[in-house]
Amino acid sequence: MIPGIEQLKARIEQAVPGARIEIVPNGSPSNQVSLLLDAEHGFAVAKFLRDDPELKLDFCSNATGVDWPGTVTKEKVKKTVDGVEKEEIIEKTTPGCLEAVYHLFSMTLKQGPVIIRMRTENRVDKVTLPSLTPLWRSCEFQEREIFDLFGIVFSGHPDLRRILMWEGFVDYPMRKDYVEPDDYEYEPTPHAAVLEKAKHHLPSQPAL
Amino acid sequence: MTLQDSHNGQMKGDSTPFEGSKTRFIPSKAPEYATDLEGDLLEVSMGPHHPSTHGVFRMNVVLDGETIVKLKPYFGYLHRNHEKIAESNSYLSAIPYTDRLDYICGLTNNWSYVVAMEKLLGLQVPERAEYLRVIVGELTRLFNHACLAGFLLQDMGASGTPLMYAFREREYILDLFESLTGSRMMCNYMRFGGVRCDAPAGWIEQAKSVVSKFPKFLEEFEALITGNEIVRSRTQGVGVLSKELAINAGITGPMLRACGVDYDLRKVDKYSIYDRFQFRVPLGEHGDTFDRYMIRILEMHETLKILEAALRDIPAGPIIDPKAKLRNIRPKVGEAYGRTEVPKGELGFYVISNGGATPYRFRIRPPSLINLTILEDLCVGHPIQDVVLILGSVDIVLGEVDR
Repeated sequence: MIPGIEQLKARIEQAVPGARIEIVPNGSPSNQVSLLLDAEHGFAVAKFLRDDPELKLDFCSNATGVDWPGTVTKEKVKKTVDGVEKEEIIEKTTPGCLEAVYHLFSMTLKQGPVIIRMRTENRVDKVTLPSLTPLWRSCEFQEREIFDLFGIVFSGHPDLRRILMWEGFVDYPMRKDYVEPDDYEYEPTPHAAVLEKAKHHLPSQPAL
Repeated sequence: MTLQDSHNGQMKGDSTPFEGSKTRFIPSKAPEYATDLEGDLLEVSMGPHHPSTHGVFRMNVVLDGETIVKLKPYFGYLHRNHEKIAESNSYLSAIPYTDRLDYICGLTNNWSYVVAMEKLLGLQVPERAEYLRVIVGELTRLFNHACLAGFLLQDMGASGTPLMYAFREREYILDLFESLTGSRMMCNYMRFGGVRCDAPAGWIEQAKSVVSKFPKFLEEFEALITGNEIVRSRTQGVGVLSKELAINAGITGPMLRACGVDYDLRKVDKYSIYDRFQFRVPLGEHGDTFDRYMIRILEMHETLKILEAALRDIPAGPIIDPKAKLRNIRPKVGEAYGRTEVPKGELGFYVISNGGATPYRFRIRPPSLINLTILEDLCVGHPIQDVVLILGSVDIVLGEVDR
């Protein structure tokens, strides 16, 4: 049996010392509450969830990414300069994060789901999370897809390449701030390279 | 083993493996090559337009003679980023797009999405709508499995006949769908909290007559194929998948059950009204291509039982939850993951709402893509002509693999 979310959190903290776990509430009627793990202990916690004889979450059904862009909040601050009161607007930005979500079930004990999520530090350069592919092979293509469409780098993944977009594509299409290119003709598709090569094989056009 | 045996003697209890070991074809040992005569390895690109890849899908295979040494699948030729499209449109307008995922069985895709959304919105589905959903869902399963068997035989070289037989039966069912929903394949039939329209007069009788004719086709199909010696020698012992790897790699659907893992979401989750029907979950024993074929045949028999019961018991009543809104749906902030057993495996939808009119995150868990994870493990060591069979027995649709 899967215990309540509070007990589950306590058990994980007991089994994996040092793990920082937060409960992410869910306001919808589905009531699927999830656990937010820290990236440092994420792998160890996932291993515990898979191997624990009472949980036996041997089936990672769904792995996906979510993009949470940073927010900009404006605050008005009153200042007195030379005896005159002035209002200044200060912009505060939070860096935002990328999130990986895993839905775990147990095929042997027929229970679930336990939902775990991990967050990156920001969306620009610190985007590494531990890969769970060594634990569940089903994450292999799904983590490649997250890397491809969201840009989360999974350390420990055996074969981290783009899966749906082509090699050489630069942006991450599923991010909220992705801007579609104006003209698809100018996309650096592999086709252009092929055409360039093909020029050498084509006979020159006769002069009209 | 005939089908009759597999029904009477071998499926005991709720879910038991069927035996096939007595008449099992045992493949001969792989030939031993002289080490000093090693040739070069050959890299072949199969696809994207190979007729056996069921769409635009490419595999790079490395061959030692005819034997596969390495295989890498390449995807994305049909990628149109369905998830992004759904995130920029309303909740309702994602339903017709789900028809285009696995375009052979659009109705079960609809169903899976509305199950996730009903969890997010907290809707109750009226009884008649649940029955209609089960009927169209099981009809979809019926012709999907029939077509899969046809495609598999086509890949094996039984050119035309079995596939055309399966397609003939599929047409009868698609006619039913057309009179119910107005479209043969892109049905767009389910709604949050119910279905779009009620069955027209006489539809249930028409469906009953289609279902009652199906066992005859199945008998004929089986007499043609299941006992065939060539079919057995090509499929038995080919592409064996172990139980442990199947669970770890997240394989679902008939492919998982062919390995002997008892996991059918209709029994496990008991979603919709599946707890009311008497049906068994056939399980394989060896996890090879033949078992994957046989599981589908046996599942069709079980599906017929569900259909007979559902068409007999369908009550009158409303077809949609009166609380359900069609337009301007704004769910509470939260998320839901809903999954159903579609013919290909477990199709899941993960929807996050931020309280707005469009989904904040819309994710499809595609069974076809995840079932391909172990393609290399299945193929290595087999000759190249078996790759076609193994891929055929996985049952993929590229609209769902690439989304």
